[in-house]
Amino acid sequence: MGFSDVLNIVQSVLELGLISSLTVLALYLSYTMLNVCDLSTDGCFTLGAAVGAVVAISGHPYLAIPAAMAAGVLSGFVTAFLQTRMGINSLLSGIIVNTGLYSVNIAVMGGASLLNMNKTRTVFTDMKNLLDGSFMTGWHRVVTALVAVVAVVIFITVFMKTRLGLSIRATGDNTEMVRYSSINPVFTTTVGLCVANAFTALSGCLLAQSQKLVDINMGQGIVTVALASLLIGRTLFQRGSVAVKAVGAVVGAVIFRLVYALALRLSMPAHMLKLVSSVIVIFAIFIPYLKQQYPAFMKRFEVKKRRGENA
Amino acid sequence: MLELKNISKTFNPGTVNEKKALCDISLKVEDGDFITIIGSNGAGKSTLFNAVSGAFLPDTGTITIDGEDITVMPDYKRARFIGRLFQDPKTGTAPSMTVEENLLLAAGGGHWLSISKKAEKQALRERVAALGLGLEDRMKTPVGLLSGGQRQAVSLLMATINPPKLLLLDEHTAALDPAAAEKILEVTEKTVADEKLTCLMITHNMSSALQLGNRTVMMSGGKIIFDVRGEERAGLTVDDLLVKFRDAGKALDNDRMLLS
Repeated sequence: MGFSDVLNIVQSVLELGLISSLTVLALYLSYTMLNVCDLSTDGCFTLGAAVGAVVAISGHPYLAIPAAMAAGVLSGFVTAFLQTRMGINSLLSGIIVNTGLYSVNIAVMGGASLLNMNKTRTVFTDMKNLLDGSFMTGWHRVVTALVAVVAVVIFITVFMKTRLGLSIRATGDNTEMVRYSSINPVFTTTVGLCVANAFTALSGCLLAQSQKLVDINMGQGIVTVALASLLIGRTLFQRGSVAVKAVGAVVGAVIFRLVYALALRLSMPAHMLKLVSSVIVIFAIFIPYLKQQYPAFMKRFEVKKRRGENA
Repeated sequence: MLELKNISKTFNPGTVNEKKALCDISLKVEDGDFITIIGSNGAGKSTLFNAVSGAFLPDTGTITIDGEDITVMPDYKRARFIGRLFQDPKTGTAPSMTVEENLLLAAGGGHWLSISKKAEKQALRERVAALGLGLEDRMKTPVGLLSGGQRQAVSLLMATINPPKLLLLDEHTAALDPAAAEKILEVTEKTVADEKLTCLMITHNMSSALQLGNRTVMMSGGKIIFDVRGEERAGLTVDDLLVKFRDAGKALDNDRMLLS
């Protein structure tokens, strides 16, 4: 393996890690702060990709980004509306929206399940033209993704300091307390999910532009992959401010991609990605649970053993 | 100030679990009243508070506060002028957020996207210092790491930081150890006096029911069976209250006999 191979892997790890970290940051908002496991993430990711691609293909690569994010806001609003105003369980709301989005996404793509952007001008091709010839030639994908990630991390850091941001955190922590502070938790949940889904859609939009391809199934399982990344990041950055934890989420996403790339080099078949992410999520949640349960379990075991001896 | 007119509430009507929680309750609270509410478990004390704070809509009757009808106002809007504390200190605070963040939220003010200034935080710190519990050095500590008493003190400050028109205290010292309970009660009395708050307090402690405040109300079976103030109240002893309590229990037993 030569230097250029390593460089290629590093670039691809950084690029995919950074792009998917936007979804991880979305889950940081919805899962960690708002305490809502938003299962519409998969569909919303593809929605962002599809909307962004359609707008980019029509010749507006920059308009594609706010368009995709607006679509994400809309999707988040529907998910929030179902769970706050229509009495539908929050997990179920996500699943329902996710299912519905499958049809919406195909409709957005004009009835096709695949969109090709090979000849489309994208934010990545523009960045390539800008950087070509400079010392950063070849880094255009990473740089573009990095710009987006830095913007989103700064946004989250500042947003979480505002009264609205504090209210969103409190909603996930103690909904009752939010009510007593004369804040309507329906409002904070809705805003939180709208913002989170805007980032998920942005993530999908950038991946589509970078790969020059939208596939109707490209979002499938992204919620598990992102959760795995989020939990890796959380293990590494257990303490610290909102900003530190947001950076932790990004680092988690990059590490996840790194492990995955290494596994591929060690000839793990590509289709194992989702199984690996499932297993990571299982253990990331199970290990803290085990730590908490283990002493009681051991105590019961010992007491039973002692009784057995006495009998 | 607060006026309840013919408030009734029946839970699970028409089922075997039907429970008449409030039966035609009318209560007029004057400005500056500090009313202690006593009654056995299931008498309807907390249900009464829930009706006032808007946890449910009453079946009949109206609730007005300073002349404004709030009967159907959502709970989070009422929270602007009704503060409430619960028995469980966990209820009023967000555990993973710091003392400062909790207080900032309760203090409100500013628009949604405003970021709190240093001066604002300093003012909060002074309010916390005034509690006299040394909590001002723990402004950056997550509330979940505080003791029950400290947490209840933060809840109290949160409920009164913007002086509410009405403060509801629902056995707010019952889950604390005796020393913490005494301290919280002391802070409560001081806050209520300083801010001249109108206050309703549920308690199971007969002596504090008579010592604190200017008026005592006893509830039983969803009704107010006893309401004293002034000289009549001053002449009451804990034993007198216990007799009333027992009589209320007997009345209930008679009802039960009639119904069975």
